[in-house]
Amino acid sequence: MRITQGTFSYLPDLSDDEIKAQIQRALGQGWPLSVEFTDDPHPRNTYWDMWGLPMFDLHDAAAVLYEVNECRRAYPRHYIRVNAYDAARGRQTVALSFIVNRPPDEPGFRLDRQETADRRVRYTTHSYATERPAGARYQEAR
Amino acid sequence: MTERWNAGVIPYAEMGYWKPDYQPKPTDVLAAFRITPQPGVPPEEAGAAVAGESSTATWTVVWTDRLTAYDNYQAKCYSVEPVPGNEGQYIARIAYDIDLFEEGSIANLTSSIIGNVFGFKALKALRLEDMRIPLHYVKTFQGPAHGIVMEREYLNKYGRPLLGATTKPKLGLSARNYGRVVFEALRGGLDFTKDDENINSQPFMRWRDRFLFTMEAVNRAQSETGEVKGHYLNVTAATMEDMYERAEFAKELGSVVVMVDLTTGYTAIQSLARWARNNGVILHLHRAGHGTYTRQKNHGVSFRVISKWMRLAGVDHIHAGTVVGKLEGDPNAIAGFYDTLRLGYVPADPVKGLYFDQDWGSLPGTMPVASGGIHAGQMHQLLHYLGEDVILQFGGGTIGHPMGIAAGATANRVAVEAMVKARNEGRDYFAEGEQILKAAAKHCRELDVALATWGDITFNYESTDTPDAVAMPTSR
Repeated sequence: MRITQGTFSYLPDLSDDEIKAQIQRALGQGWPLSVEFTDDPHPRNTYWDMWGLPMFDLHDAAAVLYEVNECRRAYPRHYIRVNAYDAARGRQTVALSFIVNRPPDEPGFRLDRQETADRRVRYTTHSYATERPAGARYQEAR
Repeated sequence: MTERWNAGVIPYAEMGYWKPDYQPKPTDVLAAFRITPQPGVPPEEAGAAVAGESSTATWTVVWTDRLTAYDNYQAKCYSVEPVPGNEGQYIARIAYDIDLFEEGSIANLTSSIIGNVFGFKALKALRLEDMRIPLHYVKTFQGPAHGIVMEREYLNKYGRPLLGATTKPKLGLSARNYGRVVFEALRGGLDFTKDDENINSQPFMRWRDRFLFTMEAVNRAQSETGEVKGHYLNVTAATMEDMYERAEFAKELGSVVVMVDLTTGYTAIQSLARWARNNGVILHLHRAGHGTYTRQKNHGVSFRVISKWMRLAGVDHIHAGTVVGKLEGDPNAIAGFYDTLRLGYVPADPVKGLYFDQDWGSLPGTMPVASGGIHAGQMHQLLHYLGEDVILQFGGGTIGHPMGIAAGATANRVAVEAMVKARNEGRDYFAEGEQILKAAAKHCRELDVALATWGDITFNYESTDTPDAVAMPTSR
């Protein structure tokens, strides 16, 4: 399966040039960029690991892309996303967030159903990746 | 002065409701009415009559006025101007002291402003065009249960319009079949699906059954995509007790959103908004019935006023027009509604039909919803006219896709992502929209088929409700 979180997941994976164009637009809006990665893409996993701090003072798209690629080098089989942040009053939230790296094989999720009374079902989204401990997920097959 | 208090009938203007030299206070509630006086009634007298009947006056002099600080409680009509291009119509601006209104109550505000005056015989027609709600009064309302920012954080969806679809046919599907439509549309790529306004709890599908099957569909779609999904479960019912019961059940099943119809009334909506904030559930409003009083330019209440009331009342979503779809919507008028719902400070702009500056302080924004006859082939226009903080709802444009509902959903999602990407890359996406969509369709057969099916469908009719500023209406 292909996880479709993020602003551009229904498009073909973005090339480096395309990523750079998005970064450029964010910088033009005054939005600092940050890079985050995870091996648990559960839809409710809000806090992916931060690849350093948000780059508040970096105004060069190429430098941001360099960090993206450094993160990819360190975590080639993780999910990696680029976030742009809007600190304007009344906003103060993420303005753009798109995935730039995925594991080659995305196992996805299982839906667990707990049957209860009155035909009610309690649903849990189970991330297959988390069946292995953190750090040991999305390894290459041996 | 004595004559003012003689028993009998005297013109409203002479009773103090016409004060051309009055300077509105920052705390005053201001209203702009479009008045069409009966022949022979001077416009200033008509404006004063509206001020009088919507505040303290009755048809004759009453000595009991003198027991009050009546100067304070009398509304003041402080300006009357002819409407350009519409003979016999005038814009009357009226100021109301903030003490005339109960804190945090839309019902009270509206019982004053539109309570009696619309049936007044001295006027042929009357329309409430706009209001300025002073920040002092804004602060007494809860406002949107969550608002645009919180909703995006809750859904983990940023940087693009959200997508939805209303389940069709509106009426008649069994609960099981209904859930099928929801599942297909959500797994294909939509963020939300929606009950229609008249889906409540009918013999062919009772509300509880619908909620159960729908939540199975929502959860399945969530696990297949790894994205948060939602279905607006309509809790509209005959009584508040029924509505709370349904809303509670939706919450227990894990729904992120519930929905209510405008027909339930302002107080019901305020109650549900309070419930929604306390229970972490987004509140969607369907503006069922508004066309009966918002559409005609000379009589009724403008939708920009309804937008203001509903943002104060506390809804997170409200249908507010599409510009390009099948329902009424002049681009400038709609821009006025969208600004009113989303911005923190809305400057007066006659071109958009905005008569007053409106300061919302820190009140969260309400997400406008565009629905009714829109399709993937219009994506560049939708993004251009409506921006990013909007929910684009494609009902027929999803469910009617020749390859199936999921394919229709995918086509819409690919179209919106391709358009946002192109815009962010700095392209003139409004002019190049068709090429951008065609290029995106090369790697997406679903979009290709959608464009072939609906690509040239448009609804170009003259709008009825257009602002009467200097140069109107806009063409497109």
